[in-house]
Amino acid sequence: MELLYNIFVGPFAEMARAPDLLVQTLWEGLVSGVLYALIALGFVLIFKASGVFNFAQGIMVVFAGLTLVGLYEAGVPAFLALLITIGVMFALAVCIERAVLRPLVNQPDIILFMATFGLTYFLIGFGELVFGGNPKVMIADELYLPKGAVDLPMFGGLVSLQKIDIAAAVIASAMVAGLAVFFQKTRIGRALRAVADSHKAALSVGISLNQIWVIVWFTAGIVALATGIMWGARSDVSFALQIIALKALPVLILGGFTSVPGAIVGGLIIGIGEKLGEFYFAPAILGSALGRGVESWLAYFIALAFLLFRPQGLFGEKIIERI
Amino acid sequence: MFYREAGQFKTTYAADMAVFPILQDKIGIAVIVAAAVLLPFLGAAGIVSPQTQNFLLQVVAIPFLIFSLASIGLNLLTGYTGLLSLGTAGFMGVGAYACYKLTTYFPGVNIIVWVLASGFFAAGIGVVFGLPSLRIKGFYLAVATLAAQFFLQWCFIRIPWLYNENASGAIEVPQRTLLGVPVTGPTATAETRYFVVLAIVAGLTWIASNLVHGRIGRSWMAVRDMDIAAELMGIKLFDTKLLAFAVSSFYCGVAGALLVFLWYGGAEPEVFSINQSFLILFMVIIGGLGSLVGSYFGAALIYILPIVLRLLPESLGIPIGGATIEHLTFMIVGALIIFFLIVEPHGLARLWQIGKQKLRTWPFPY
Repeated sequence: MELLYNIFVGPFAEMARAPDLLVQTLWEGLVSGVLYALIALGFVLIFKASGVFNFAQGIMVVFAGLTLVGLYEAGVPAFLALLITIGVMFALAVCIERAVLRPLVNQPDIILFMATFGLTYFLIGFGELVFGGNPKVMIADELYLPKGAVDLPMFGGLVSLQKIDIAAAVIASAMVAGLAVFFQKTRIGRALRAVADSHKAALSVGISLNQIWVIVWFTAGIVALATGIMWGARSDVSFALQIIALKALPVLILGGFTSVPGAIVGGLIIGIGEKLGEFYFAPAILGSALGRGVESWLAYFIALAFLLFRPQGLFGEKIIERI
Repeated sequence: MFYREAGQFKTTYAADMAVFPILQDKIGIAVIVAAAVLLPFLGAAGIVSPQTQNFLLQVVAIPFLIFSLASIGLNLLTGYTGLLSLGTAGFMGVGAYACYKLTTYFPGVNIIVWVLASGFFAAGIGVVFGLPSLRIKGFYLAVATLAAQFFLQWCFIRIPWLYNENASGAIEVPQRTLLGVPVTGPTATAETRYFVVLAIVAGLTWIASNLVHGRIGRSWMAVRDMDIAAELMGIKLFDTKLLAFAVSSFYCGVAGALLVFLWYGGAEPEVFSINQSFLILFMVIIGGLGSLVGSYFGAALIYILPIVLRLLPESLGIPIGGATIEHLTFMIVGALIIFFLIVEPHGLARLWQIGKQKLRTWPFPY
C-alpha cells in the first residue's frame, strides 16, 4: 500500500507542491533530451543510408570538438578553425569510406557494427595522441554563443533557463528541419533514401554507393561537430563525452532506427523521463540514499518498456518476417 | 603431408560424430593440454627466470584463460543463438559478488564450490534480463542487455550489502584454502591459482563443446539462423532462448568470480563496466562467432596483443613515453579489429579452418 502510494501519489504531490521546480526539472530534461537527440540523429543518418549501426558517433562528437578547440589553441581564428574542422570531418568521412566501408560492403550488420567499434578505438587513440587526454574548454565565446541565464518568474518561483540551452534547442530544431528538407526535396536526399531501401537496387539505377556514403558520413560528422560544440559549451570537451553516445542508444531504439522525428521524440521522452525519475520517482520508491544515480540505467528501462509494446520503436517501420 | 586423414577409417557413428575425428587433431589437443599443464614448471626446470614465470602466469596465462571462459559464455549466446548481448560484464559482476557473499556467509565451504555456484546466480539474473528477447530482436535486444549492464553496475555501487558495507566500496577476497593449500587471497601462489583456473576453464569448455554438439546446441543454431522457421519445426523459442541466456550467464558468472577471486584478488564496480563487456564482444567477434576455439583465439588476440605492444618498444630499446604507448596501443588494436574484419569477417576460427584445409592438401594447391 505504501509502495503504491509512493509510486502513484507521492511524486505527483511533490510536483504539485513546487510547480516552479517541476518546470525547471522538465526544462533540464528537455535540454538533455535535445542533446541526446542530436547524437541519435547522427546514428539515424548513417543507419538510414548504409544500414551501419555507427557506434563511433560518440567519439566523432569528441573528435570534432577536440579538433575545433585544438586548432583554436594553436592560434587559428575561431571561425577559420570551424571551417577547418568541417574540412577534417570531410576527410574523415572519405577515409572511413575508403578504409572501412568499401572493403566491408555487403557484410552482415554485426560485422559492420564491430568495424565501427574498431574505428572508435582508433579515434580514441588518435585523438589522445594528437590532443592529449585532458579535458578542454569549448570556445563558446569566440563562436558568439550566448552565455548566462534567463530567469522567468513562474508559479511564485523562478525558473532559470541557460541561454546556451535555448541556443542548443534552436540549433537542433533548425538542423532537423534542414535535414528533413534535404532528405525529402533534394536529388541527393532521394538517392540517400534509395540506398537505404536497397543497396543493390540503388546501384542498378546508377547511384554511386561510395559517393552516398561519403556524403552521409560527412553529414553525420557535421551533426557530430554541432553536438560537440553544444555539449562542450555546457561542460568540457573530454573523452568522457563518448559515454553519452551510449545514452543515444535507448533514444534511437525508442524512436526507431530509421526515423529522424523518432530520434527527436525519443530524445525528449528519454531526457524528461530520466530527470523526472531521478528527482521524483526514484527517491520516493527507493529512498533518498539508494535512489541516487538511477539516471545511469533508467533510460534503458524506459526504452525497454516501450519496446515491449512496439518492438520496432515508436516510429520504426513494421518488422515483417518471412520464412 | 603429415596432416591427412587418409587411412583412418571410421566404423561407428560415434567415431564419425567425434569432436576431434582425426588422429592428428587428437595429438594436437593432447600437446596443447600437456603444454598448458607443464607451463608452471618452466620456472622450476630453470628454462625461464622466476620473475618471467610469475609474469607469464599472473599477467598472461590466468587472465587469458578467464577471458576465454567469458568469451565462450558470450559466444554461446551471440554466436550460437544469435542474441546480441552488451551486458556480459554485468553478468560477470553478478558471479563475482555472489561468490563474495557466499564465501563470507559460509567460509567453511570449499571456494571452488562457491565459484561454480555463483554461476547459477548469474544464470538466474541472465534469465530475467533474457525475457525481453522473446519479443525484441537484433540491435533492439542490445538495449535490454545494456539495461542489465547499467542496472547491475549501479547495484554494485549503490547497495552496500553486496560488498559487506566496506568503507572502500570494493570487495576484497578473503583467504581460502583447498586441502591446506591457499587458493585465494594474498598468500596463494600464482601456480596454484593457475591450476585451479585451468581445471575449471578446461572442464567448462568440455561441457560447452558437448552442449553445442548435441540437441541443445543444434536448437540454438536453428534459432540463430531463423527463429520463426525454428519455431515451425517444433523448437520452443521460449525455452531455447532462455536456456541460452542461462547457460551463457552461468559461464560469464563463473568467469567473473574467477576474475576477482583468482586474478585481481579484489574488485571495484568499475571492473565490471561497459568497456569490459565491449572487450569480450570484441574477443567473440574477432575470434569467430559460433566457434569455441575462436573464443580462445579472440581472447589471445585482444588480451595478449596489447601486453606485447606495451613491452615491445622497451625490449627493442625505442624510447617512447608510457602515455604515448597507451594511445598507440588503442590505435593499433582499433586498426587491427578493422583489418581482421576485412580479411576474414568470420573471425580467426575461420582462418584456422582454412589453414587446416590448406595443410591437408599441401604441398599441392588443391
